[in-house]
Amino acid sequence: MVSKISASEVEHVANLARLNLTDESKKVITEQLNTILEYAAKLDELDTDDVDPTFYVLPAGNVLREDVSEKSMDREEVLSNAPEKEDGAFKVPKVF
Amino acid sequence: MEIYELTVEEIRERIISRDVSCQEVVTEIFKRIKSVEDRVNAYITLTEDRAIKRAQEIDKKLSCNEKVGSMAGVPVAIKDNMCINGIPNTCGSKHLENFIPPYDATVIEKLYDADAIILGKTNMDEFAMGSSTEYSSFGVTKNPWDLERVPGGSSGGSAAAVAAGQATCAIGSDTGGSIRQPASFCGVVGMKPTYGYVSRYGVVPFSSSLDQVGSLTKNVRDCALLLNVISGKDPRDSTSADIEYPDLLKSLNGSIQGLKIGVAKEYFDVGLASEVKDMVQSGIKVLEECGAEILEVSLPHSEYALPVYYLLAPSEASSNMARYDGVQYGHRAGDSSDLYSLYKDARTKGFGPEVQRRIMLGTYALSAGYYDAYYLKAQKVRTLIRRDFDRAFEKCDCIVSPTSPSTAFKIGAKTDDLIGMYKSDICTVPVNIAGLPGISIPCGIAGGLPVGLQMIGKHFDESTILNMAYAFEQNYDGQEIKGELEVLS
Repeated sequence: MVSKISASEVEHVANLARLNLTDESKKVITEQLNTILEYAAKLDELDTDDVDPTFYVLPAGNVLREDVSEKSMDREEVLSNAPEKEDGAFKVPKVF
Repeated sequence: MEIYELTVEEIRERIISRDVSCQEVVTEIFKRIKSVEDRVNAYITLTEDRAIKRAQEIDKKLSCNEKVGSMAGVPVAIKDNMCINGIPNTCGSKHLENFIPPYDATVIEKLYDADAIILGKTNMDEFAMGSSTEYSSFGVTKNPWDLERVPGGSSGGSAAAVAAGQATCAIGSDTGGSIRQPASFCGVVGMKPTYGYVSRYGVVPFSSSLDQVGSLTKNVRDCALLLNVISGKDPRDSTSADIEYPDLLKSLNGSIQGLKIGVAKEYFDVGLASEVKDMVQSGIKVLEECGAEILEVSLPHSEYALPVYYLLAPSEASSNMARYDGVQYGHRAGDSSDLYSLYKDARTKGFGPEVQRRIMLGTYALSAGYYDAYYLKAQKVRTLIRRDFDRAFEKCDCIVSPTSPSTAFKIGAKTDDLIGMYKSDICTVPVNIAGLPGISIPCGIAGGLPVGLQMIGKHFDESTILNMAYAFEQNYDGQEIKGELEVLS
Protein backbone atom coordinates (compact mmCIF):
# COMPACT_ATOMS: atom_id res chain seq x y z
CA MET A 1 0.00 0.00 0.00
CA VAL A 2 1.26 3.43 -0.92
CA SER A 3 1.01 5.67 2.08
CA LYS A 4 1.95 9.10 0.90
CA ILE A 5 -0.04 11.26 -1.46
CA SER A 6 1.91 13.90 -3.37
CA ALA A 7 0.88 17.46 -4.12
CA SER A 8 0.37 16.73 -7.82
CA GLU A 9 -1.77 13.73 -6.96
CA VAL A 10 -3.89 15.94 -4.71
CA GLU A 11 -4.30 18.30 -7.68
CA HIS A 12 -5.37 15.41 -9.91
CA VAL A 13 -7.77 13.96 -7.34
CA ALA A 14 -9.34 17.38 -6.68
CA ASN A 15 -10.01 17.65 -10.38
CA LEU A 16 -11.59 14.18 -10.50
CA ALA A 17 -13.71 15.07 -7.48
CA ARG A 18 -14.71 18.39 -9.05
CA LEU A 19 -13.43 20.40 -6.10
CA ASN A 20 -11.63 23.75 -6.28
CA LEU A 21 -8.88 23.74 -3.72
CA THR A 22 -6.87 26.85 -2.91
CA ASP A 23 -3.11 26.45 -2.44
CA GLU A 24 -3.57 26.72 1.30
CA SER A 25 -6.29 24.08 1.45
CA LYS A 26 -4.28 21.82 -0.87
CA LYS A 27 -1.44 21.88 1.67
CA VAL A 28 -3.74 21.21 4.60
CA ILE A 29 -5.61 18.43 2.85
CA THR A 30 -2.39 16.76 1.70
CA GLU A 31 -1.24 16.62 5.31
CA GLN A 32 -4.57 15.35 6.56
CA LEU A 33 -4.90 12.69 3.87
CA ASN A 34 -1.39 11.48 4.65
CA THR A 35 -2.27 11.18 8.34
CA ILE A 36 -5.26 9.03 7.47
CA LEU A 37 -3.41 6.98 4.84
CA GLU A 38 -0.60 6.28 7.29
CA TYR A 39 -3.14 4.97 9.74
CA ALA A 40 -4.82 2.92 7.01
CA ALA A 41 -1.47 1.39 6.01
CA LYS A 42 -1.95 -0.85 9.04
CA LEU A 43 -3.90 -3.14 6.69
CA ASP A 44 -0.60 -4.07 5.02
CA GLU A 45 0.17 -6.17 8.10
CA LEU A 46 -2.41 -8.69 6.88
CA ASP A 47 -1.98 -11.30 4.17
CA THR A 48 -5.21 -11.24 2.17
CA ASP A 49 -4.06 -13.02 -0.99
CA ASP A 50 -6.52 -15.87 -0.54
CA VAL A 51 -9.37 -13.80 0.85
CA ASP A 52 -12.46 -12.83 -1.14
CA PRO A 53 -13.67 -9.26 -0.76
CA THR A 54 -17.04 -8.57 0.92
CA PHE A 55 -18.84 -5.96 -1.15
CA TYR A 56 -22.19 -6.56 0.50
CA VAL A 57 -22.93 -8.32 3.77
CA LEU A 58 -26.20 -9.83 2.56
CA PRO A 59 -26.15 -12.82 0.20
CA ALA A 60 -28.39 -10.99 -2.30
CA GLY A 61 -27.26 -10.88 -5.90
CA ASN A 62 -28.74 -8.61 -8.54
CA VAL A 63 -32.25 -7.72 -7.43
CA LEU A 64 -34.46 -7.42 -10.48
CA ARG A 65 -38.08 -6.57 -11.13
CA GLU A 66 -40.43 -7.03 -14.05
CA ASP A 67 -39.75 -4.62 -16.90
CA VAL A 68 -43.05 -2.85 -16.45
CA SER A 69 -43.32 0.90 -16.73
CA GLU A 70 -44.52 2.53 -13.50
CA LYS A 71 -45.70 6.03 -12.63
CA SER A 72 -42.85 8.48 -12.28
CA MET A 73 -42.98 12.09 -11.10
CA ASP A 74 -44.63 15.10 -12.70
CA ARG A 75 -42.23 17.38 -14.54
CA GLU A 76 -43.09 20.20 -12.13
CA GLU A 77 -42.05 18.10 -9.15
CA VAL A 78 -38.82 17.08 -10.82
CA LEU A 79 -37.96 20.71 -11.59
CA SER A 80 -39.08 22.02 -8.20
CA ASN A 81 -35.55 22.25 -6.80
CA ALA A 82 -33.83 23.34 -9.97
CA PRO A 83 -31.44 26.22 -9.32
CA GLU A 84 -32.13 27.34 -12.91
CA LYS A 85 -34.70 26.08 -15.34
CA GLU A 86 -36.13 27.01 -18.71
CA ASP A 87 -38.79 25.46 -20.96
CA GLY A 88 -39.25 22.48 -18.69
CA ALA A 89 -35.55 21.63 -18.51
CA PHE A 90 -32.61 22.18 -16.17
CA LYS A 91 -30.44 25.04 -17.32
CA VAL A 92 -26.63 24.94 -17.23
CA PRO A 93 -23.81 26.95 -18.84
CA LYS A 94 -22.95 26.06 -22.43
CA VAL A 95 -21.27 22.71 -22.80
CA PHE A 96 -19.75 23.35 -26.19
CA MET B 1 -44.98 13.54 35.11
CA GLU B 2 -44.89 15.97 32.23
CA ILE B 3 -46.00 14.80 28.78
CA TYR B 4 -42.50 15.39 27.44
CA GLU B 5 -41.13 12.91 29.98
CA LEU B 6 -43.39 10.05 28.87
CA THR B 7 -42.39 7.10 26.72
CA VAL B 8 -43.90 6.08 23.38
CA GLU B 9 -46.04 3.39 25.00
CA GLU B 10 -47.22 5.68 27.79
CA ILE B 11 -48.30 8.38 25.35
CA ARG B 12 -50.09 5.95 23.07
CA GLU B 13 -51.93 4.42 26.02
CA ARG B 14 -53.16 7.80 27.20
CA ILE B 15 -54.25 8.71 23.70
CA ILE B 16 -56.14 5.46 23.16
CA SER B 17 -57.83 5.77 26.54
CA ARG B 18 -58.75 9.37 25.55
CA ASP B 19 -56.94 10.58 28.68
CA VAL B 20 -55.17 13.17 26.59
CA SER B 21 -55.67 14.30 23.00
CA CYS B 22 -53.05 14.21 20.25
CA GLN B 23 -53.32 17.95 19.99
CA GLU B 24 -52.50 18.35 23.69
CA VAL B 25 -49.50 16.06 23.33
CA VAL B 26 -48.16 17.97 20.34
CA THR B 27 -48.76 21.34 22.01
CA GLU B 28 -46.93 20.24 25.15
CA ILE B 29 -43.97 18.87 23.22
CA PHE B 30 -43.60 22.06 21.20
CA LYS B 31 -43.76 24.05 24.44
CA ARG B 32 -40.89 21.93 25.71
CA ILE B 33 -38.96 22.27 22.44
CA LYS B 34 -39.23 26.04 22.55
CA SER B 35 -38.20 26.25 26.19
CA VAL B 36 -34.87 24.48 25.68
CA GLU B 37 -34.05 24.66 21.98
CA ASP B 38 -32.04 27.89 22.25
CA ARG B 39 -29.66 26.00 24.50
CA VAL B 40 -29.69 22.56 22.82
CA ASN B 41 -30.05 23.35 19.08
CA ALA B 42 -31.32 19.82 18.35
CA TYR B 43 -33.46 20.82 15.37
CA ILE B 44 -32.80 22.30 11.94
CA THR B 45 -36.47 22.52 10.89
CA LEU B 46 -39.59 22.36 13.05
CA THR B 47 -42.92 21.40 11.49
CA GLU B 48 -45.37 22.62 14.11
CA ASP B 49 -48.30 23.50 11.81
CA ARG B 50 -48.14 20.15 10.05
CA ALA B 51 -47.88 18.35 13.38
CA ILE B 52 -50.93 20.09 14.82
CA LYS B 53 -52.91 19.40 11.66
CA ARG B 54 -51.96 15.74 11.80
CA ALA B 55 -52.81 15.61 15.51
CA GLN B 56 -56.27 17.00 14.77
CA GLU B 57 -56.77 14.37 12.06
CA ILE B 58 -55.90 11.56 14.43
CA ASP B 59 -58.07 13.03 17.21
CA LYS B 60 -60.94 13.03 14.72
CA LYS B 61 -60.31 9.37 13.85
CA LEU B 62 -60.39 8.53 17.54
CA SER B 63 -63.58 10.44 18.18
CA CYS B 64 -65.21 8.47 15.35
CA ASN B 65 -63.96 5.25 16.92
CA GLU B 66 -61.84 4.50 13.88
CA LYS B 67 -58.85 2.24 14.14
CA VAL B 68 -55.57 4.08 14.74
CA GLY B 69 -51.95 2.99 14.29
CA SER B 70 -49.46 1.57 16.79
CA MET B 71 -47.87 4.98 17.28
CA ALA B 72 -51.06 7.05 17.36
CA GLY B 73 -50.26 10.56 18.52
CA VAL B 74 -46.64 9.78 19.34
CA PRO B 75 -44.26 12.66 18.58
CA VAL B 76 -41.17 11.64 16.63
CA ALA B 77 -38.16 13.59 15.39
CA ILE B 78 -36.45 12.70 12.11
CA LYS B 79 -32.76 13.08 11.30
CA ASP B 80 -32.36 15.60 8.50
CA ASN B 81 -31.18 13.11 5.90
CA MET B 82 -34.55 11.40 5.39
CA CYS B 83 -36.88 12.87 2.80
CA ILE B 84 -40.26 14.23 3.79
CA ASN B 85 -42.35 15.65 0.94
CA GLY B 86 -42.49 19.44 1.22
CA ILE B 87 -40.07 19.81 4.16
CA PRO B 88 -36.45 20.92 3.69
CA ASN B 89 -33.92 18.10 3.77
CA THR B 90 -30.53 19.69 4.38
CA CYS B 91 -28.35 16.77 5.55
CA GLY B 92 -26.77 19.38 7.81
CA SER B 93 -25.19 20.92 4.72
CA LYS B 94 -25.13 24.34 3.12
CA HIS B 95 -25.29 22.58 -0.25
CA LEU B 96 -28.83 21.34 0.42
CA GLU B 97 -30.15 24.10 2.67
CA ASN B 98 -32.91 24.90 0.16
CA PHE B 99 -33.61 21.37 -1.03
CA ILE B 100 -37.25 20.34 -0.58
CA PRO B 101 -37.87 16.70 -1.48
CA PRO B 102 -40.93 15.98 -3.63
CA TYR B 103 -41.47 12.57 -2.05
CA ASP B 104 -41.47 10.68 1.27
CA ALA B 105 -38.90 8.13 2.37
CA THR B 106 -40.32 4.65 3.06
CA VAL B 107 -39.57 5.15 6.77
CA ILE B 108 -41.72 8.30 6.74
CA GLU B 109 -44.59 6.54 4.94
CA LYS B 110 -44.50 3.83 7.59
CA LEU B 111 -44.56 6.37 10.41
CA TYR B 112 -47.56 8.09 8.79
CA ASP B 113 -49.33 4.73 8.50
CA ALA B 114 -48.70 4.16 12.21
CA ASP B 115 -50.23 7.60 12.95
CA ALA B 116 -47.04 8.95 14.48
CA ILE B 117 -46.66 12.73 14.47
CA ILE B 118 -43.50 14.18 12.99
CA LEU B 119 -42.11 17.16 14.89
CA GLY B 120 -39.30 18.22 12.61
CA LYS B 121 -35.81 17.46 11.24
CA THR B 122 -32.90 17.11 13.57
CA ASN B 123 -29.35 18.39 13.37
CA MET B 124 -26.53 16.18 12.16
CA ASP B 125 -22.93 16.17 10.98
CA GLU B 126 -22.92 17.19 7.34
CA PHE B 127 -24.00 14.28 5.14
CA ALA B 128 -23.63 12.04 8.21
CA MET B 129 -19.86 12.37 8.15
CA GLY B 130 -18.77 12.95 11.71
CA SER B 131 -18.93 11.80 15.31
CA SER B 132 -19.91 14.93 17.18
CA THR B 133 -22.45 17.00 15.16
CA GLU B 134 -19.76 19.72 15.11
CA TYR B 135 -19.57 19.40 11.32
CA SER B 136 -23.12 20.65 10.81
CA SER B 137 -23.54 23.85 8.79
CA PHE B 138 -26.29 24.81 11.24
CA GLY B 139 -24.22 24.99 14.42
CA VAL B 140 -23.40 22.25 16.88
CA THR B 141 -26.07 20.57 19.01
CA LYS B 142 -25.27 20.70 22.72
CA ASN B 143 -25.37 17.65 24.92
CA PRO B 144 -28.35 18.10 27.28
CA TRP B 145 -26.27 16.61 30.11
CA ASP B 146 -23.58 19.30 29.79
CA LEU B 147 -24.09 22.09 27.31
CA GLU B 148 -20.33 22.48 26.78
CA ARG B 149 -20.09 18.98 25.42
CA VAL B 150 -21.00 17.31 22.17
CA PRO B 151 -24.03 15.04 21.87
CA GLY B 152 -22.03 12.69 19.67
CA GLY B 153 -22.72 12.20 15.98
CA SER B 154 -23.76 12.09 13.36
CA SER B 155 -27.31 11.65 14.76
CA GLY B 156 -26.53 14.14 17.54
CA GLY B 157 -29.72 16.16 17.09
CA SER B 158 -31.94 13.09 17.33
CA ALA B 159 -30.16 11.80 20.45
CA ALA B 160 -30.21 15.20 22.18
CA ALA B 161 -33.89 15.73 21.31
CA VAL B 162 -34.90 12.49 23.01
CA ALA B 163 -32.63 13.12 26.00
CA ALA B 164 -33.98 16.65 26.49
CA GLY B 165 -37.65 15.70 26.14
CA GLN B 166 -37.90 17.53 22.81
CA ALA B 167 -39.16 14.34 21.14
CA THR B 168 -40.64 11.15 22.57
CA CYS B 169 -38.51 9.17 20.17
CA ALA B 170 -36.39 9.78 17.09
CA ILE B 171 -35.12 8.19 13.92
CA GLY B 172 -31.44 8.29 13.03
CA SER B 173 -28.99 6.67 10.65
CA ASP B 174 -25.86 4.73 11.50
CA THR B 175 -22.90 4.07 9.19
CA GLY B 176 -20.07 3.62 11.70
CA GLY B 177 -21.84 4.26 14.99
CA SER B 178 -23.89 7.37 14.25
CA ILE B 179 -26.91 6.21 16.26
CA ARG B 180 -25.18 4.21 18.98
CA GLN B 181 -22.40 6.64 19.90
CA PRO B 182 -24.71 9.69 20.33
CA ALA B 183 -27.17 7.45 22.21
CA SER B 184 -24.32 6.55 24.54
CA PHE B 185 -23.23 10.20 24.97
CA CYS B 186 -26.81 11.37 25.63
CA GLY B 187 -28.00 8.54 27.85
CA VAL B 188 -30.69 7.12 25.57
CA VAL B 189 -31.29 3.77 23.88
CA GLY B 190 -29.99 3.69 20.31
CA MET B 191 -30.27 0.78 17.92
CA LYS B 192 -28.88 0.03 14.50
CA PRO B 193 -30.59 -3.10 13.18
CA THR B 194 -29.05 -5.62 10.78
CA TYR B 195 -28.08 -4.18 7.39
CA GLY B 196 -31.16 -4.44 5.19
CA TYR B 197 -33.69 -4.47 8.06
CA VAL B 198 -35.00 -0.96 7.42
CA SER B 199 -35.50 0.44 3.93
CA ARG B 200 -33.06 3.13 2.85
CA TYR B 201 -35.37 4.45 0.11
CA GLY B 202 -35.52 8.23 0.60
CA VAL B 203 -32.57 8.23 3.01
CA VAL B 204 -29.67 10.21 1.62
CA PRO B 205 -26.83 7.72 1.19
CA PHE B 206 -23.38 8.22 2.66
CA SER B 207 -21.78 4.77 2.41
CA SER B 208 -24.22 2.41 0.77
CA SER B 209 -22.90 -0.91 2.08
CA LEU B 210 -22.71 0.37 5.66
CA ASP B 211 -25.67 2.79 6.11
CA GLN B 212 -28.65 1.67 8.13
CA VAL B 213 -31.63 3.47 9.63
CA GLY B 214 -32.52 2.94 13.29
CA SER B 215 -34.12 4.33 16.42
CA LEU B 216 -33.34 6.50 19.43
CA THR B 217 -35.70 6.04 22.36
CA LYS B 218 -36.01 6.40 26.12
CA ASN B 219 -36.25 2.68 26.78
CA VAL B 220 -35.98 -0.72 25.14
CA ARG B 221 -39.71 -1.40 24.68
CA ASP B 222 -40.04 1.85 22.73
CA CYS B 223 -37.05 0.80 20.64
CA ALA B 224 -38.72 -2.52 19.74
CA LEU B 225 -41.98 -0.76 18.96
CA LEU B 226 -40.35 1.81 16.70
CA LEU B 227 -38.33 -0.81 14.84
CA ASN B 228 -41.50 -2.85 14.29
CA VAL B 229 -43.00 0.21 12.58
CA ILE B 230 -40.11 1.25 10.36
CA SER B 231 -38.77 -2.14 9.29
CA GLY B 232 -39.85 -4.37 6.42
CA LYS B 233 -39.06 -5.50 2.89
CA ASP B 234 -39.23 -2.66 0.41
CA PRO B 235 -39.08 -3.30 -3.34
CA ARG B 236 -37.79 0.26 -3.80
CA ASP B 237 -34.58 -0.56 -1.88
CA SER B 238 -32.73 -3.42 -3.53
CA THR B 239 -30.67 -3.99 -0.36
CA SER B 240 -33.81 -4.43 1.72
CA ALA B 241 -33.83 -7.87 3.35
CA ASP B 242 -36.31 -10.47 2.18
CA ILE B 243 -37.00 -12.20 5.49
CA GLU B 244 -39.78 -12.81 7.98
CA TYR B 245 -39.86 -9.74 10.21
CA PRO B 246 -40.78 -10.85 13.76
CA ASP B 247 -42.79 -8.78 16.22
CA LEU B 248 -39.88 -7.46 18.28
CA LEU B 249 -42.08 -6.43 21.24
CA LYS B 250 -43.18 -10.03 21.65
CA SER B 251 -39.57 -11.13 22.24
CA LEU B 252 -39.21 -8.95 25.35
CA ASN B 253 -39.75 -11.35 28.21
CA GLY B 254 -36.73 -10.20 30.23
CA SER B 255 -35.50 -13.73 30.71
CA ILE B 256 -31.90 -14.31 29.66
CA GLN B 257 -31.17 -17.37 31.76
CA GLY B 258 -28.50 -19.44 30.08
CA LEU B 259 -27.87 -16.92 27.31
CA LYS B 260 -24.19 -16.91 26.38
CA ILE B 261 -22.66 -13.44 26.33
CA GLY B 262 -19.27 -13.00 24.72
CA VAL B 263 -16.87 -10.39 26.00
CA ALA B 264 -14.24 -9.61 23.40
CA LYS B 265 -11.01 -8.65 25.10
CA GLU B 266 -9.96 -6.57 22.10
CA TYR B 267 -12.72 -4.04 22.85
CA PHE B 268 -11.24 -3.44 26.26
CA ASP B 269 -7.75 -2.75 24.90
CA VAL B 270 -8.73 0.38 23.01
CA GLY B 271 -7.65 3.02 25.51
CA LEU B 272 -10.95 3.09 27.37
CA ALA B 273 -11.48 5.84 29.91
CA SER B 274 -11.27 4.07 33.28
CA GLU B 275 -14.74 5.16 34.34
CA VAL B 276 -16.18 3.73 31.13
CA LYS B 277 -14.39 0.43 31.69
CA ASP B 278 -15.69 0.24 35.27
CA MET B 279 -19.29 1.04 34.30
CA VAL B 280 -19.32 -1.46 31.45
CA GLN B 281 -17.84 -4.18 33.64
CA SER B 282 -20.50 -3.50 36.29
CA GLY B 283 -23.07 -3.73 33.53
CA ILE B 284 -21.75 -7.12 32.50
CA LYS B 285 -22.07 -8.24 36.14
CA VAL B 286 -25.75 -7.24 36.10
CA LEU B 287 -26.26 -9.48 33.08
CA GLU B 288 -24.48 -12.30 34.86
CA GLU B 289 -26.73 -11.87 37.88
CA CYS B 290 -29.70 -12.21 35.51
CA GLY B 291 -28.50 -15.72 34.73
CA ALA B 292 -26.49 -15.15 31.58
CA GLU B 293 -23.23 -16.98 31.10
CA ILE B 294 -20.29 -14.69 30.46
CA LEU B 295 -17.45 -16.03 28.39
CA GLU B 296 -14.39 -14.62 26.74
CA VAL B 297 -14.26 -14.47 22.97
CA SER B 298 -11.71 -13.04 20.63
CA LEU B 299 -12.16 -10.84 17.58
CA PRO B 300 -8.52 -10.77 16.51
CA HIS B 301 -8.95 -8.37 13.57
CA SER B 302 -10.70 -5.70 15.65
CA GLU B 303 -7.75 -3.32 15.43
CA TYR B 304 -8.14 -3.23 11.64
CA ALA B 305 -11.80 -2.25 11.66
CA LEU B 306 -11.22 1.48 11.87
CA PRO B 307 -8.67 1.61 9.00
CA VAL B 308 -11.05 -0.56 6.94
CA TYR B 309 -13.88 1.83 7.68
CA TYR B 310 -11.86 4.92 6.83
CA LEU B 311 -11.08 3.48 3.43
CA LEU B 312 -14.48 1.98 2.61
CA ALA B 313 -16.78 4.70 3.85
CA PRO B 314 -15.05 7.63 2.13
CA SER B 315 -14.73 5.57 -1.08
CA GLU B 316 -18.42 4.82 -1.17
CA ALA B 317 -19.16 8.37 -0.09
CA SER B 318 -17.11 9.85 -2.92
CA SER B 319 -19.27 7.89 -5.33
CA ASN B 320 -22.54 8.86 -3.60
CA MET B 321 -21.54 12.50 -3.38
CA ALA B 322 -20.94 12.74 -7.13
CA ARG B 323 -24.62 13.52 -7.66
CA TYR B 324 -24.21 16.91 -5.99
CA ASP B 325 -23.22 18.83 -9.09
CA GLY B 326 -25.55 21.78 -8.68
CA VAL B 327 -27.55 20.91 -11.81
CA GLN B 328 -30.87 19.43 -10.67
CA TYR B 329 -30.83 20.62 -7.07
CA GLY B 330 -28.44 21.94 -4.50
CA HIS B 331 -26.25 24.95 -4.17
CA ARG B 332 -25.26 26.97 -7.17
CA ALA B 333 -22.59 29.47 -6.31
CA GLY B 334 -23.46 32.15 -8.88
CA ASP B 335 -21.99 33.03 -12.24
CA SER B 336 -20.06 29.99 -13.33
CA SER B 337 -18.50 30.45 -16.74
CA ASP B 338 -18.64 26.84 -17.88
CA LEU B 339 -19.99 23.49 -16.79
CA TYR B 340 -16.86 22.33 -14.99
CA SER B 341 -16.75 25.55 -13.01
CA LEU B 342 -20.42 25.09 -12.15
CA TYR B 343 -19.66 21.67 -10.72
CA LYS B 344 -16.57 22.82 -8.84
CA ASP B 345 -18.15 25.95 -7.41
CA ALA B 346 -21.32 24.15 -6.30
CA ARG B 347 -19.33 21.50 -4.54
CA THR B 348 -16.49 23.52 -3.07
CA LYS B 349 -18.70 26.28 -1.71
CA GLY B 350 -21.45 23.93 -0.56
CA PHE B 351 -19.42 21.25 1.26
CA GLY B 352 -17.68 21.64 4.62
CA PRO B 353 -14.09 20.52 5.30
CA GLU B 354 -14.85 17.01 6.60
CA VAL B 355 -17.02 16.20 3.58
CA GLN B 356 -14.37 17.51 1.18
CA ARG B 357 -11.71 15.53 3.01
CA ARG B 358 -13.65 12.29 2.72
CA ILE B 359 -14.52 12.87 -0.92
CA MET B 360 -10.82 13.46 -1.65
CA LEU B 361 -9.75 10.36 0.29
CA GLY B 362 -12.39 8.20 -1.37
CA THR B 363 -11.67 9.47 -4.86
CA TYR B 364 -7.98 8.75 -4.35
CA ALA B 365 -8.61 5.27 -2.91
CA LEU B 366 -10.78 4.36 -5.89
CA SER B 367 -8.66 5.93 -8.59
CA ALA B 368 -6.80 3.97 -11.24
CA GLY B 369 -3.66 2.46 -9.81
CA TYR B 370 -4.82 2.68 -6.22
CA TYR B 371 -8.09 0.72 -6.21
CA ASP B 372 -6.40 -2.62 -5.44
CA ALA B 373 -4.14 -1.26 -2.73
CA TYR B 374 -6.87 0.58 -0.89
CA TYR B 375 -10.53 -0.21 -1.62
CA LEU B 376 -10.08 -3.85 -2.60
CA LYS B 377 -7.68 -4.48 0.28
CA ALA B 378 -10.16 -2.97 2.73
CA GLN B 379 -12.97 -5.15 1.38
CA LYS B 380 -10.81 -8.23 1.87
CA VAL B 381 -10.02 -7.31 5.46
CA ARG B 382 -13.74 -6.75 5.83
CA THR B 383 -14.19 -10.46 5.14
CA LEU B 384 -11.70 -11.29 7.92
CA ILE B 385 -13.59 -9.08 10.37
CA ARG B 386 -16.87 -10.71 9.38
CA ARG B 387 -15.33 -14.17 9.88
CA ASP B 388 -14.16 -13.18 13.39
CA PHE B 389 -17.77 -12.49 14.34
CA ASP B 390 -19.03 -15.70 12.69
CA ARG B 391 -16.51 -17.71 14.73
CA ALA B 392 -17.31 -15.89 17.97
CA PHE B 393 -21.03 -16.44 17.42
CA GLU B 394 -20.45 -20.19 17.33
CA LYS B 395 -19.63 -19.91 21.03
CA CYS B 396 -22.01 -17.17 22.17
CA ASP B 397 -25.41 -15.60 21.42
CA CYS B 398 -24.30 -11.99 21.56
CA ILE B 399 -21.28 -9.85 22.31
CA VAL B 400 -21.05 -6.92 24.72
CA SER B 401 -18.64 -4.02 24.71
CA PRO B 402 -18.48 -0.36 25.62
CA THR B 403 -20.26 1.74 22.99
CA SER B 404 -17.54 4.38 22.97
CA PRO B 405 -14.13 4.60 24.70
CA SER B 406 -15.14 7.77 26.54
CA THR B 407 -18.09 9.79 27.68
CA ALA B 408 -19.08 12.96 25.78
CA PHE B 409 -16.06 15.15 25.05
CA LYS B 410 -16.01 18.94 25.12
CA ILE B 411 -17.02 20.88 22.01
CA GLY B 412 -13.85 21.67 20.05
CA ALA B 413 -11.72 19.08 21.85
CA LYS B 414 -11.25 16.84 18.83
CA THR B 415 -11.76 19.00 15.77
CA ASP B 416 -7.98 19.27 15.26
CA ASP B 417 -7.37 15.64 16.08
CA LEU B 418 -8.71 13.68 13.10
CA ILE B 419 -7.69 10.20 14.19
CA GLY B 420 -8.76 10.96 17.76
CA MET B 421 -12.22 11.91 16.51
CA TYR B 422 -12.40 8.78 14.37
CA LYS B 423 -11.38 6.63 17.34
CA SER B 424 -14.56 7.45 19.24
CA ASP B 425 -16.20 4.98 16.84
CA ILE B 426 -13.68 2.19 17.46
CA CYS B 427 -16.23 -0.13 19.12
CA THR B 428 -19.16 0.67 16.85
CA VAL B 429 -17.57 0.54 13.39
CA PRO B 430 -16.96 -3.28 13.30
CA VAL B 431 -20.70 -3.82 13.67
CA ASN B 432 -21.44 -1.91 10.44
CA ILE B 433 -18.55 -3.62 8.66
CA ALA B 434 -20.08 -7.00 9.45
CA GLY B 435 -23.66 -5.78 8.91
CA LEU B 436 -24.75 -6.96 12.36
CA PRO B 437 -27.42 -5.48 14.66
CA GLY B 438 -26.14 -3.40 17.57
CA ILE B 439 -27.84 -1.58 20.43
CA SER B 440 -26.46 0.91 22.95
CA ILE B 441 -28.15 1.23 26.31
CA PRO B 442 -27.29 3.55 29.18
CA CYS B 443 -25.46 1.59 31.89
CA GLY B 444 -24.55 4.34 34.31
CA ILE B 445 -23.29 7.84 34.94
CA ALA B 446 -19.60 8.71 35.26
CA GLY B 447 -18.49 12.22 36.10
CA GLY B 448 -22.05 13.40 35.54
CA LEU B 449 -22.15 11.96 32.00
CA PRO B 450 -23.92 8.88 30.62
CA VAL B 451 -22.02 5.71 29.70
CA GLY B 452 -23.27 3.33 27.02
CA LEU B 453 -23.12 -0.45 26.92
CA GLN B 454 -23.22 -1.99 23.45
CA MET B 455 -24.76 -5.36 22.62
CA ILE B 456 -24.02 -6.92 19.25
CA GLY B 457 -26.18 -9.69 17.83
CA LYS B 458 -26.13 -12.22 15.01
CA HIS B 459 -27.57 -11.23 11.65
CA PHE B 460 -31.33 -10.73 11.93
CA ASP B 461 -31.29 -11.68 15.59
CA GLU B 462 -32.60 -8.34 16.82
CA SER B 463 -34.83 -10.21 19.28
CA THR B 464 -31.94 -11.58 21.33
CA ILE B 465 -30.14 -8.29 21.87
CA LEU B 466 -33.37 -6.42 22.49
CA ASN B 467 -34.38 -8.93 25.12
CA MET B 468 -30.92 -8.75 26.70
CA ALA B 469 -31.11 -4.98 26.77
CA TYR B 470 -34.58 -5.24 28.29
CA ALA B 471 -33.39 -7.64 30.99
CA PHE B 472 -30.56 -5.25 31.82
CA GLU B 473 -32.93 -2.30 32.01
CA GLN B 474 -35.30 -4.17 34.32
CA ASN B 475 -32.52 -5.26 36.68
CA TYR B 476 -30.22 -2.28 36.57
CA ASP B 477 -30.02 -0.93 40.05
CA GLY B 478 -27.58 1.90 39.65
CA GLN B 479 -27.77 5.65 39.48
CA GLU B 480 -30.78 7.33 38.00
CA ILE B 481 -30.15 7.97 34.31
CA LYS B 482 -33.59 9.28 33.57
CA GLY B 483 -35.44 12.26 34.88
CA GLU B 484 -35.22 16.00 34.47
CA LEU B 485 -31.77 17.17 33.46
CA GLU B 486 -30.65 19.85 35.95
CA VAL B 487 -28.83 21.82 33.32
CA LEU B 488 -32.08 22.37 31.38
CA SER B 489 -34.32 23.26 34.32
